[in-house]
Amino acid sequence: MSETVIPYMVKPHPVTGLPNGKLGIWLFLASEVMLFGALFSSYVLIRIGAPHWPPEGGLSSEILNVPLGTFNTAVLITSSITMVLAWASCKMGSLPRFKMWMSATVFLALVFLVVKYFEYSDKFHHDHFPSHDNFFAVYFLLTGLHGLHIVGGIVVNTFLLTAGSKMWQTDPEHFTNRVENAGLYWHFVDLVWIFLFPSLYLL
Amino acid sequence: MTDHGHHELPFWRKYIFSVDHKVIGIQYAVTALVFLFFGFSLMMLMRWQLAYPGQPLPVFGKLLGETAMPGGVMAPEFYNQLGAMHGTIMVFLGVVPLAVGGFGNFVVPLQIGAPDMAFPRLNMVSYWVFLPGCILMLCSFLMPGGAAQSGWTSYPPLSDIAPSGQTVWCLAMVLIITSSLLGSINFIVTIVQLRAKGLSFWRLPFFVHAQLVTAFLLLLAFPPLEAATVMQIMDRVAGTSFFLPSGLVVSGEQLKVAGGGSPLLWQHLFWFLAHPEVYVLILPGMGIVAEVIANNTRKPLWGYRLLVYSVIFIGFMSFVVWAHHMFMTGMGTTMSTFFQTTTMIISIPSVVILTCFIMSLYGGNIRFTTPMLFATAFLPMFAIGGLTGLPLGLTAADIYLHDTFYVIGHFHYVVAPGTLFALFAGVYYWYPKATGRQLSDKLGKVHFWLSFVAINLVFMPMFFQGMAGLSRRLYDPTVYAHGRGVQALNVLISWGAWGLAIAQLPFIINFVMSLRAGARVAENPWHSTTLEWAAPSPPGHGNFLTEPVVYREPYEYSVPGKTKDYSPQFQAEG
Repeated sequence: MSETVIPYMVKPHPVTGLPNGKLGIWLFLASEVMLFGALFSSYVLIRIGAPHWPPEGGLSSEILNVPLGTFNTAVLITSSITMVLAWASCKMGSLPRFKMWMSATVFLALVFLVVKYFEYSDKFHHDHFPSHDNFFAVYFLLTGLHGLHIVGGIVVNTFLLTAGSKMWQTDPEHFTNRVENAGLYWHFVDLVWIFLFPSLYLL
Repeated sequence: MTDHGHHELPFWRKYIFSVDHKVIGIQYAVTALVFLFFGFSLMMLMRWQLAYPGQPLPVFGKLLGETAMPGGVMAPEFYNQLGAMHGTIMVFLGVVPLAVGGFGNFVVPLQIGAPDMAFPRLNMVSYWVFLPGCILMLCSFLMPGGAAQSGWTSYPPLSDIAPSGQTVWCLAMVLIITSSLLGSINFIVTIVQLRAKGLSFWRLPFFVHAQLVTAFLLLLAFPPLEAATVMQIMDRVAGTSFFLPSGLVVSGEQLKVAGGGSPLLWQHLFWFLAHPEVYVLILPGMGIVAEVIANNTRKPLWGYRLLVYSVIFIGFMSFVVWAHHMFMTGMGTTMSTFFQTTTMIISIPSVVILTCFIMSLYGGNIRFTTPMLFATAFLPMFAIGGLTGLPLGLTAADIYLHDTFYVIGHFHYVVAPGTLFALFAGVYYWYPKATGRQLSDKLGKVHFWLSFVAINLVFMPMFFQGMAGLSRRLYDPTVYAHGRGVQALNVLISWGAWGLAIAQLPFIINFVMSLRAGARVAENPWHSTTLEWAAPSPPGHGNFLTEPVVYREPYEYSVPGKTKDYSPQFQAEG
């Protein structure tokens, strides 16, 4: 039994200008927009229904650690840049440079998670669990789901860095497309954080 | 897998973890049919309690155990579980997987002339995320306190404080939603990218248009419910208060939670999915009916482009009608007026579609095959379901009818004799393509006529009960005086429901027996024009023997001056 050949797996479709994978990832991101859109809307609705925000008084910027959040924002934006550089290295035909920039991306993502770990454990240390009030419920839900998306990105990027990079030998164009798709996802995850940081930490 | 040779794949790769869209489609369809019968059985149990409240159920009452049915009499908690799980199973594990997962997967790639879905492995993953979700959903019956029992809508705060079966419900929903998202991405990419040469958008069969709009609805409407489900899990497991207001009193004691949440928030998120979901249920059904009607009237569909524009318009509008389920929640008259208006607007394209179908019958040389019987019955059944929905969309009338049996009658007319009849039409129509054998027409006709009579006995009386004011979700319908006047109808409905179950026997026998005993068919037994009939029956791996090319529009039947009464899309000389 021969493997079915699916058209436009690698080459772009002449009308849409996209290979299948790239259209797929854009559609996936559209559903992600709806997911985070619903979460942000819920946040807005709960917040405008509250007599004071945060409910226990004070300011969000006093409860959450703004310097750490700022640092993490810088980390993620930098990782977006290294992601683009990793893709550009593929385009220019250099696997070693791809590996360098992709390793940097994965490293920065891990830095983000480590910082997040310290932020979370500080909250838990002060008995600030999700059940404390809706401020913390929203904070943990949104950053938690975002954190899961970071973990997902790390898994995909690590695969492309290790076992997945074997494809470079057989089909470099397909591999480059995969890196681009992973990059689109990664930029989206960064973009979510860029909305999360001001709306949770600063406002 | 290898790139050369034609050796057989091992059994588990060919039939279990298959990447072939046809096998996955059949897996979805069979799973969904099993769950449809299971969900129906739950309802048949409930019908005993509704017809004979408080009387012990013979035979089955003993089998279900002392907690569910003490002394053979149904416990109120068990009644609530049956109701919640009937709704959940029918919608999320039955109709959608059959309409989208089953027919979508099997037919769409064939109708667009593609060798497979765009992402075959993703397709397999989507089924293997769906099935554990289904099994998990069933397992919730085994949890202490039983399965989910807050209705299929799972409204908080009730669902937030319900027994642990509700948590399992949430987890199962997350899996089913994820599977649906993966599937919808696959459908859109397949339809956009993999159409055969010459198959422009205006040459696509209407079924494919309907599936494309459906996929967009699933893609964009399901994530908010996923968000809401995660929030409900947080409320139940982590003790948050997303949906719990301050100062909530349960059984005389104030609930010890932070509070400050909003039960209405869940309703908004839930119906933001669940209204588009209504169209997810009906649009593939309309697509099937369009195929069957064109094929059996032997003339082109009337108003093909009008149908396509209508289905796209429905897709857009379905995102701005959700709060018409919430007129009674006190969200304010301005909001209600807005959603009342959009609801009236969305009824227009539905009527346009129905009118096009009826016009298609006019002057046709109709062959009353079994699929055609189901498809023609769909028209008045869907019309009853749709038109009885209008009073519910008007705020003033809804105040009286809200949460009565009238509502149940309305949406069941849309989904049961509507969508389900369309799906049966699809089963009879495409069974020869999937198996290479014809279903028996005689048994099919017995199945149709018995079902048609029984299903109307079940749902028609509900309108009268509802107008008499009988509430849905009442454990004992005779508890209020106004319910006692229409109790005789409950007995009639229950016997109708059990009769409907017997009416399915010819179908089950037919479905199983025809696998071996059905008459063998060639590629195109119905003399149809669309691309799936160019492939062998059943199609092999890769679908088509030669790459199909499309020469004309989808429904060129009875073209004047031609020798045959059908001119297939895939033949240069029709």
